[in-house]
Amino acid sequence: MRITRRGLLKSATAAGAVSAVGFPHIWIKNSSLARAADGEIKVGVLFSLTGTTAIIEESLNKATILAIEEINAAGGINGMKIVPVVEDPASDPATFAEKARKLVLSDKCVSVFGSYTSASRKAVLPVFEKRENLYFYPTLYEGRECSKNVVYTGAVPNQQQDEFVPWLVEKFGKKWYLIGSNYIYPKEENNYCKKLLEGLGCEVVAEEYVPLGHSEFSSAINKFKSLQPNVIFSTVVGDSVVALHRQYRAAGLDPAKMPMASLTTSENEVAAMGGDAAAGHFTSAPYFMVWDSPENQKFVEAYKTRWGGDKVTHFVSEPSYFQVYLFKQAVAKLAASDIDPKTIREAVKDEQMVAPQGKVQIERDNLHTWLWPKIGQCKSDGQFEILKQSSEWLEPEPYKAYPTMHCTEQGLSES
Amino acid sequence: MEILAQATTGLSIASILLMVALGLAIIYGITGVINLAHGELVMLGAYSAWALQTFLGLGLLESLPLIFLATAAFGWVIDRVVIRHLYNRPLDTILATWGIGVMAQQAVRLIAGGELRYVQMPESLSSALPLGGVDIPMMRLFILGLSIALFVVTGYLLFRTNLGLKLRAIAQNREVASCFGIDSDRIYGLTFAYGAGLAGLAGAVISPLKSVSPEMGTTYVVDAFMVVVLGGVESLIGTVISSGIIGGLSGSIAYYFNDTIAKAVVLLAIVVLIRFLPQGLFAARVRS
Repeated sequence: MRITRRGLLKSATAAGAVSAVGFPHIWIKNSSLARAADGEIKVGVLFSLTGTTAIIEESLNKATILAIEEINAAGGINGMKIVPVVEDPASDPATFAEKARKLVLSDKCVSVFGSYTSASRKAVLPVFEKRENLYFYPTLYEGRECSKNVVYTGAVPNQQQDEFVPWLVEKFGKKWYLIGSNYIYPKEENNYCKKLLEGLGCEVVAEEYVPLGHSEFSSAINKFKSLQPNVIFSTVVGDSVVALHRQYRAAGLDPAKMPMASLTTSENEVAAMGGDAAAGHFTSAPYFMVWDSPENQKFVEAYKTRWGGDKVTHFVSEPSYFQVYLFKQAVAKLAASDIDPKTIREAVKDEQMVAPQGKVQIERDNLHTWLWPKIGQCKSDGQFEILKQSSEWLEPEPYKAYPTMHCTEQGLSES
Repeated sequence: MEILAQATTGLSIASILLMVALGLAIIYGITGVINLAHGELVMLGAYSAWALQTFLGLGLLESLPLIFLATAAFGWVIDRVVIRHLYNRPLDTILATWGIGVMAQQAVRLIAGGELRYVQMPESLSSALPLGGVDIPMMRLFILGLSIALFVVTGYLLFRTNLGLKLRAIAQNREVASCFGIDSDRIYGLTFAYGAGLAGLAGAVISPLKSVSPEMGTTYVVDAFMVVVLGGVESLIGTVISSGIIGGLSGSIAYYFNDTIAKAVVLLAIVVLIRFLPQGLFAARVRS
């Protein structure tokens, strides 16, 4: 087959014409104008329904859908219904990025609610920053992030530890043992914890990291027995939490003398380890299921009615729920033709509402949330008893452990 | 006192490894089937314990015989339906058993949900026994005792019964054994069932110390293979010794350093040992 110039020019023109017509988003920059069309507002819901972290992400999906259904039943946003596009990234960060791209580019969602692990958030971040979309992230995390395309409704280290650590030092003592799973979240939390402990004149007798999913803690328990710390600060996650607590209990250690203080033990993990193993240990979180407020009673009742009487709400499903309402409040301020991730982000700044945990507000500088940390002690019936509620809501400072860095409205600044 | 604590930790880890690996050693040793679904058999044992506890109110100790029979039956079914066609194709058994493992995991997730489940520790085993200044959890002592008992029973089965004689004959040479009138198909089925039952028991007794989730099996199958490969295929003594070595080594390194380093060092040690002893520690001496 001879390639002639005429033939080449013809086929090139044909290919060019086909691609221009067949893939219009290559050259139409404003295809996002079609976003809030037909009285529908499309949002993405990106939580794993299968895979290792599905255990907890399922509940986040349920809380988000509950909020969307409630808003739609009350008339939607200015008469427009929220249409959730649910994707299952199967606990794999690469799939998270792929699904995020799908939601942002082909489904044209105006915002996406998603992620539990930091790995998945880091994986989708480039998608949202490049495409200028908005991600609502409900999970407590290690801070040290300042993206203008993410609204963070979970607690950061300063909110979880600023009141918790001094309270524990005062009640139990100055010898601390830090144990966590081997990845960034426990390491940053321990970093912040060590800074606080230094300021309080405490001693860190050991700091160790176990592999993710590790469930054999007899050596660690031997170390607890020989080093005799006053507090065991635990940031292990998932299966490891349950195994650590059960083996601690089986070894006959006493939570009244050597309690485990955790940021990650929620009602879910307590149900899996049994009230016996959980009793006496402490967790710090902005929300516990037993919190006595009218908003929380309404939330828990609605959740149980919709998803089953045996379900529990916890400190990640509550932000998943209230962040949808904050989204609604932001979008309700905008005209229908003006609904765009950028305008929603501007509108959500300083938005406040009374969430199940208390009044919350999105901080305009860093898009994190003002929260009410509480200290709970687990009872043998599997629920927490709230021992201390912070008197003021706490400002989120994602870079508090790094005094030279600040997250401002324009971005990350270093002094 | 510290040495005693470490020794008991090492023994405890070793006994858990032994329980999980014993079934695999039997299956791999006798039939040569690489059973990648072994972890899922452990998981099924744990879930059976949970199910019997939740729906029938049976305690862990009472349900152990039922769990053994249930997982043994499941193992027998796998053998009859899938493995039977693949006896002469070892590479295909890898794929087939892995597929069965994946299906079992997802089936459990669909039926029982993905949440972590709670299996109650029996009342009699919830305390810690003070022994020479060290508090040893009763549950761990029970697992140690059970693993030794199962090892003795398996040894007796293999070396003192007629069935065991047939098993060993088939392990040496299947075709010649068939010539002697041994029904190898039926024996293979029973072997698979027995190995699966042992795995189920392991899962059931471990579940009060850890948690029950659909993917708990994945770590166990890796550990079981490490033990079997290190100990030497077809050698029961090898399985015991290698689980002792691995258990003791991980326990002591984890005590002096941490668990992450312990895992890495143990794996490295196994790799080095296999390099010099490719057949494992106790290789069967055959005329080749």
